[in-house]
Amino acid sequence: MSQTVAHAPAVGYVQRLRGRLGNRWGKPRFLVLVTWGYIVWSIVPVLVAIQFSFNDSRSLSVWHGFTLKWYTSTDPSIDSVFHSADLHGALEQSLKLAGLDVLIATPIGVFLALGLARWRGRGSGASNFLMLFPLVTPEIVAGVSLLILFSRLLRFVPFGTVAQLLGHVTFSISYVVVIVRGRLFSIGPSYEEAAADLGAAPAAALYRVLLPLLLPAIVASAAIVFAISIDDFVISQWLSSGANSTTVPVAIYAATRATPEPSTDGIATVIMLITLLSVIAGVLVYRIFTRGESGRGSAVDDIAGLGI
Amino acid sequence: MYPRWLWPLSALPGVVWLLILFLLPLYAVLALAFGTVDPILLSGVPAWNPLDWNPGWMSHVLDLLVPGNILWDVFLRTCRYVVISLVGCILIGYPVAYYVARHASRTKSLLLILLVLPFWISYLMRMLAWINLLSPGGYGLRFLSDTGISSVLHHLGIISDPSNYLSGQSFTVILALIYGYIPFFILPLYASLDRIDQSHLEAARDLGASPFRAFLHVTLPLSKTGLLGGAVLITLPMFGDYYTPNIVSGAPSTTMIGNQIDLYFHGGPQPTIGAAITVLLAGFLMILMLYYMRTVHRASRELAA
Repeated sequence: MSQTVAHAPAVGYVQRLRGRLGNRWGKPRFLVLVTWGYIVWSIVPVLVAIQFSFNDSRSLSVWHGFTLKWYTSTDPSIDSVFHSADLHGALEQSLKLAGLDVLIATPIGVFLALGLARWRGRGSGASNFLMLFPLVTPEIVAGVSLLILFSRLLRFVPFGTVAQLLGHVTFSISYVVVIVRGRLFSIGPSYEEAAADLGAAPAAALYRVLLPLLLPAIVASAAIVFAISIDDFVISQWLSSGANSTTVPVAIYAATRATPEPSTDGIATVIMLITLLSVIAGVLVYRIFTRGESGRGSAVDDIAGLGI
Repeated sequence: MYPRWLWPLSALPGVVWLLILFLLPLYAVLALAFGTVDPILLSGVPAWNPLDWNPGWMSHVLDLLVPGNILWDVFLRTCRYVVISLVGCILIGYPVAYYVARHASRTKSLLLILLVLPFWISYLMRMLAWINLLSPGGYGLRFLSDTGISSVLHHLGIISDPSNYLSGQSFTVILALIYGYIPFFILPLYASLDRIDQSHLEAARDLGASPFRAFLHVTLPLSKTGLLGGAVLITLPMFGDYYTPNIVSGAPSTTMIGNQIDLYFHGGPQPTIGAAITVLLAGFLMILMLYYMRTVHRASRELAA
């Protein structure tokens, strides 16, 4: 009895190994290698960029020891992330645009999603089509078209923050619509109908029943709009009015065209952390709100279903 | 229970916004492309009325788009870069998406997070990362030369100067394009592979198919929409890209069609020509889009049948 017990693991291991080698339907080894190879390749370069934001030299490629000076130095000869007027200004411009974008695009998108999901009549099909188009428009076409609009037709719109904001909102609305509409379909009309049967006025059904149910999707879309706006490069560049409306991606681009310094890595790192935090916050809030619901319509589904 | 006017009214602000700031600008590109050029100021004058459209500049651009001309070379180069990058994305991305969807059981959530991560890292930062790696003395450059990859690439004629990857090397531009766009390819593909019902594969197995045949006749056709979706999703922006070649190369020998548009608006005095190229590019991409939508439509009908 005790003998069989002692031998069991070894026999089990051999059998398992034979089973794996013999089973052509098992896990293909090379796929594991390709997948982890890809993951390493996709992440390590970014980690290297983060590392060199702490480099005690102007070099972006040769390590000279650790320093925080590219973030915090007040020395005028060093363009540090938090004290150089250019980089600090770019950070402010990015955050300002992203914050305003969330405040404007989220409500417009939520109302548009509600309208498109429930409006059946003339123009609803065309509006649906119109809403999807910004998602597949190449950014350069977006940049060129808005540049021409603001320089030849709506000349009263000043380039810089206002034009950039209008552009960001235009290309954020559709993301809000896709996320909120997905949520609308997954909750269905039954809750509101029940509220109406119980005597709720339409306004109460909207405000007390539908809004709380939509809240997780609204939060998720706000987080995604924030991240999209922060990461946007093309629209910000085409509609910028010069140094005072430079965003972080535009500053990174300008630096790579000249001589990038560790502070370029630094500002990229800061903006990456802000984006990741906003996305994590969005996902967490979504999870908390939708706790106890069935798997359909989870945050991952919604984010994966963005069409991205 | 709600008044009939409520939902159209709710959609109104968004629809009006998109009409004025999305559709109207697209029309403005057309108006400028088919407009005239002020002879004194040399700036483009849009023709807002389609009846006044002047096809002169468009035909001028089309004349430039013939073999032997620079625009033609740039267009061919763009197609070459996009196609090679797309093939690279498929060769790397398909196995990854397939593995995560079918075989990664315990590590699936972790892998998914790692696959999504690049989405939330600025594209510009991911390009900047390659400058860190490929600058003189950089880790990437040392890796390439220590492993002998550099000399192999040099002997094959893929790299003209193994010590300088960051100027005028098509190889680097394509590498950067693949690196930049592959996350957007993998996710839709993963979603479609993940949806495949395992029982189809079990059926193939029971009927005596080899794993390879099962993949070829079951998995591959069922993932066609995801494959096409991912391909279109990265092809469209790649055709309009100008910043990737500018960041990792910045030489005239690696310009893409997007660089030409960028130049005509930001460098040169001729936005009318830039607008005409934009119209042609958008038209070309529209054909791709329509083909994709038709294929998806047909595939969903076949699946339903």
